[in-house]
Amino acid sequence: MTQTTAWPHSGSTQFSGTGETLVRVQDAHKVYTRGSERIDVLQGVNLDVPRGDFLALMGPSGSGKTTLLNILAGLDRPTQGAVDVGGDRIDSMSEGQLARWRSRHVGFVFQLYNLLPTLTAERNVELPLLLTPLSSGDRKRHVATALAVVGLADRGKHYPRQLSGGQEQRVAIARAIVGDPTLLLCDEPTGDLDRKSEEEILDLLQALNSDHGKTIIMVTHNPHAAARARRIVYLNKGLLQQEPIQ
Amino acid sequence: MKFLPLIWSNLRRKRVRTIFTLLSILVAFLLFGYLVAVRNAFEIGVQIAGVDRLVTTDKVSIVVALPLSYTDRIAQVPGVTDVAYATWFGGIYQDPKNFFAQMAVNPERYLRLYPEFRIPADQKKAWFADRTGAICGRYLANRFHWKIGDRIPIQATVWPKKDGSSSWEFTLDGIYDGAEKTTDTTQFLFHWKYLDESRSRRAGTVNWYIIRIASPAEAPQVADRIDAVFANSDNETKTSTEKAFMQGFAKQVGDIGAIITAILGVVFFVILLVAGNTMMQSVRERITELAVLKTLGYPNGLILALVLAESLVLAALGGALGLGLAWLLISRGDPTNGMLPIFVMPWWSGPTGALFIVLLGLATGTLPALQAMRLRVVQALRRG
Repeated sequence: MTQTTAWPHSGSTQFSGTGETLVRVQDAHKVYTRGSERIDVLQGVNLDVPRGDFLALMGPSGSGKTTLLNILAGLDRPTQGAVDVGGDRIDSMSEGQLARWRSRHVGFVFQLYNLLPTLTAERNVELPLLLTPLSSGDRKRHVATALAVVGLADRGKHYPRQLSGGQEQRVAIARAIVGDPTLLLCDEPTGDLDRKSEEEILDLLQALNSDHGKTIIMVTHNPHAAARARRIVYLNKGLLQQEPIQ
Repeated sequence: MKFLPLIWSNLRRKRVRTIFTLLSILVAFLLFGYLVAVRNAFEIGVQIAGVDRLVTTDKVSIVVALPLSYTDRIAQVPGVTDVAYATWFGGIYQDPKNFFAQMAVNPERYLRLYPEFRIPADQKKAWFADRTGAICGRYLANRFHWKIGDRIPIQATVWPKKDGSSSWEFTLDGIYDGAEKTTDTTQFLFHWKYLDESRSRRAGTVNWYIIRIASPAEAPQVADRIDAVFANSDNETKTSTEKAFMQGFAKQVGDIGAIITAILGVVFFVILLVAGNTMMQSVRERITELAVLKTLGYPNGLILALVLAESLVLAALGGALGLGLAWLLISRGDPTNGMLPIFVMPWWSGPTGALFIVLLGLATGTLPALQAMRLRVVQALRRG
């Protein structure tokens, strides 16, 4: 279902070179307190993700996968440790700096798609571009390209309620990639889909990685989905390990 | 502008709720526009009152007649430059609901005192020469489709004729226009002499005097001098500026300004709660969507502005429609058939309405906008 489409330059910052480490997490800790209870969600995570990688992050519920993903997306900050993405120390950025950084460098795909129900597919995909100085015509061109990449060029005028779950997730992926982000973060992107749609989404993510060179980090419970990644790491009780959890 | 589709789509999310909120704002601004016109109608007499005109009535009440002989005595008071007089006729034209002011006056002097009544010279001349002649304002002529030369019968309620009949007939000799939009063109004026010669009682009296003074700054002193002339007489007088006279007249109905301000205060307070609740609910319903926008990189300030813009658009739409509808209704004219002769939307109601729209938008949007701005993405997504 995926198509190979030439990607237009949106003007976003690109990290030079190939094979260099794009994401570096050093000794990341995340502690929550609930009343008097202390919860150590991440306990010294170290992770390097090279540019162009497709990494699957697996682990049981409560292992800290989503917390780590949120930290990588600049939605949350580690209690301790350093997070460097493409040379930016995002753990020390202010909220405003993080928002700007996210808009330039991160595409986020949610399990439940999270499209705005009152906007058409086109308008949903356009949302990140509204933060850029692109003209209306340029925005339209980028949106059309992104929808073509996910195979929904003919569904631009449809509202989310008029699309299937798989199509909705593809629109969400188009929204995530329309700004040509450095890093694509996916939180259980196939968790709410049937088998056929799941395959389509995984095909699409693989194509984005192999054909368009997107660096992808995907949180998943699903070994079948994880198998599509180039690399799998496991998170268990706040610690990363290379081997599956027994 | 590029965010407008996003703002608009949020307003269309719950159409029924948005329409009801819009309607409630519309009604509030319709009431605002309409009641401002009512208030203006009551106060216009005060606003347009001549600064160089005084009014003298009986000290007890305006309905107590004063002798005509006061004319010359008033004219001799230092500071007085001209004197006219009037008597209230209070008749009925065809139907009691066709109310309008009818006054018996001394024509030449009266028109000298009211230069804002613009009447062609030939019509003026004809009226001066015609004992049973009358003139009326343009609004009144249009209202009853009168034209010059028409015979206008009016049934007296206060002044029966000497022969016992109550039927008075006048010839319309002229139609005056107002120098300003706010000039009262609903009056019907005829010769005091015609009234005085034919009425069965109280001959040689008038209800009030209108006095021009040389210097508006000396109004209190001149008024005191006039009243001093008639002190300890059978008919002591009370002289005030025309403005004060009009104020007293309007106050007889009640403090219209305060009543209308109170009504509008309550209406806007209720609307504040209704529209504020709608906005709060609207933001609560899309916590996840707001969190998604933040995930995409929408900064806090922009989130705040988007929610505020939404409430401002809602207020602007409802307010503009309400004010527009009020203008349409008001432009159809006095709804009371003559009780409110100058029924217009004052110029300041537009800018004031716009200010209220902005204040309403800000007041209803600020709290939900702050709530949206302070949203923690991670918690909001977990909740969603």
